[in-house]
Amino acid sequence: MSEAKTILKVENLTKQFGGVVAVSDVSFKVNKGEIFAVIGPNGAGKTTLFNMITGVLPASSGNVFFEDKNLTRKKPYQIAQAGITRTFQNLEVFSNMSVIENVMTGAHLTMKTNLLMAGLRLPMVTKEEVKIMETAMACLERVGIAGLAHELAITLPYGNQRLLEIARAAASDPKVILLDEPMAGLNPEESRQLVDVILKMREEGMTFIFVEHDMETVMSISDRIVVLDNGVKIGEGTPEEIYQNPKVVAAYLGDEEEEYVNA
Amino acid sequence: MEKKDLKKVYHNSFIGLIILPILIAVLPVVIPSSYILTIFIMVGIYALVCNGMTMLIGYAGQISLGHAAFYGIGAYSSAIISTTYGLSPWIGMIVGMIIAGIIAIIVGIPTFKLKGHYLALATLGFGIIVFTLFKEFRELTGGSNGFFGIPSINLFGFEFNSDLRYFYLVWVFVFIGIIFSRNIIHSRIGRALRSIEGSEIASDAVGVNIMKYKLQVFVLSAMFASLAGSLLAHYVSFINPDLFGAMTSIYFLIMVIIGGSKSIWGSVIGAATYVLLGELLKHFMPILLPNKGGEFEIVFFGILLVVTLIYMPNGLSPQLEKIFSKFQKKKVTIETPLQINKKQIASGGENQ
Repeated sequence: MSEAKTILKVENLTKQFGGVVAVSDVSFKVNKGEIFAVIGPNGAGKTTLFNMITGVLPASSGNVFFEDKNLTRKKPYQIAQAGITRTFQNLEVFSNMSVIENVMTGAHLTMKTNLLMAGLRLPMVTKEEVKIMETAMACLERVGIAGLAHELAITLPYGNQRLLEIARAAASDPKVILLDEPMAGLNPEESRQLVDVILKMREEGMTFIFVEHDMETVMSISDRIVVLDNGVKIGEGTPEEIYQNPKVVAAYLGDEEEEYVNA
Repeated sequence: MEKKDLKKVYHNSFIGLIILPILIAVLPVVIPSSYILTIFIMVGIYALVCNGMTMLIGYAGQISLGHAAFYGIGAYSSAIISTTYGLSPWIGMIVGMIIAGIIAIIVGIPTFKLKGHYLALATLGFGIIVFTLFKEFRELTGGSNGFFGIPSINLFGFEFNSDLRYFYLVWVFVFIGIIFSRNIIHSRIGRALRSIEGSEIASDAVGVNIMKYKLQVFVLSAMFASLAGSLLAHYVSFINPDLFGAMTSIYFLIMVIIGGSKSIWGSVIGAATYVLLGELLKHFMPILLPNKGGEFEIVFFGILLVVTLIYMPNGLSPQLEKIFSKFQKKKVTIETPLQINKKQIASGGENQ
């Protein structure tokens, strides 16, 4: 990618919990249209890093730039407004809503209705509702669960809830989607389906950043990878470069690599 | 996709919106008793408060134990403006709602940083403060002696001075309130509110400004309560601080929970259950326990609350909805297979 354009820039991001440094001075750049992975052993600070980017945790120091806007210490909803949405490792579907309502909520930012307009049900409110329902349906079709639109979200199997979260994250037409361990808890069939969805959406121009344990997926779909260990960045590059990075192999891939070589 | 497809998203039916006005219109004709009308005026006033609280509790997931304060603010604003200053009761009503809204913002900003029990305690504290203010600002409120001689409401010369007229006035407000809330729930705002209850962290991540919506619905519920308070003041023409104490807030909460906080209709059902049971208790308690006073009411409702929470955590309204939906089942079963077929054709049979 020679003409790659940076969409997200993480600069010297650090998070301290009391005396513990969970993420230390991590920097990287994510290009537009890229599938970017953050990997590392348990406790490496991946989720903390994610939470700082999405505003769930305030950074102790360092900055996050998104298309030249400084997003550091912004609230999660402001970060969503900027165009970054996410999914969750421990699924966070809106359990009290139907599937399509979940996705329609995802499109919250694309709508303008306010409390008074909604209460009086002005004609434009209904118009907007119909439009957003169509958007939501299209998002569901894209991930392949449109047939379940009117089911209660919580009744969906695990894999479909993951897809639902992706549809919901995509509904506001964001520029970047962050996936927190998207493969966790999925069976091989569901994983394949999810990978297909991610690749398809990338082709349509979406940028993905994801944290993942499933090395097979990481190596097969990511364009570039950042490796964390004990909160420190120990490697960055394409999957091939990561395989050949001795630091990474020592810290993390050691056992795993053998498995893959044997497999 | 057409407008009618929205109805599949919000599977609520219109049946309540048809039944309620008919019941309201017919009730005074069928039972022309001023006692019954009085009861149902109170049901309507409470239903208005509960309507707002249902939005707050059931949809935004925030508990308030201080709504009697807003109820009181409405009542006293109306009383002072229409009696002390001699202005139109409608102005009092609107001013009350504005004051209640402003106070809700002031109280809401710090309290919504709290969660669960702490929020409930903070609102309880707020209610007690306002109650004390009603008592202590004697020049304005008449203190513990109460406020006398609040005039009745009139609209373009039409005086709402009989129980029958007031009954219709109150229930028009209730009906408008229900439609207003229902519209909000079936919109972007409603989804945002429900998403807060579903998962606050995910709601935040899709861009819902949680604080803003909690605050908006808190303000809205305060305004509903204030409106109800105004209606009460002009109906009973005499108010005192005890009407707006912490106990009243607790009764409101009981009504919302018994009626069911997941449905706007729960507010009407809860208020009716509370008032009607209260009246029954007044009649039968002296027979069962001749020496006991009115405090027994709270014991009874306390037990009822616990039983409701254990056996029907979503209150009475889902039970009633089940009964209503039985009537509608037939229609639904015919429609569903057709819809699926259409979808299959449209997508080439992919999305099954």
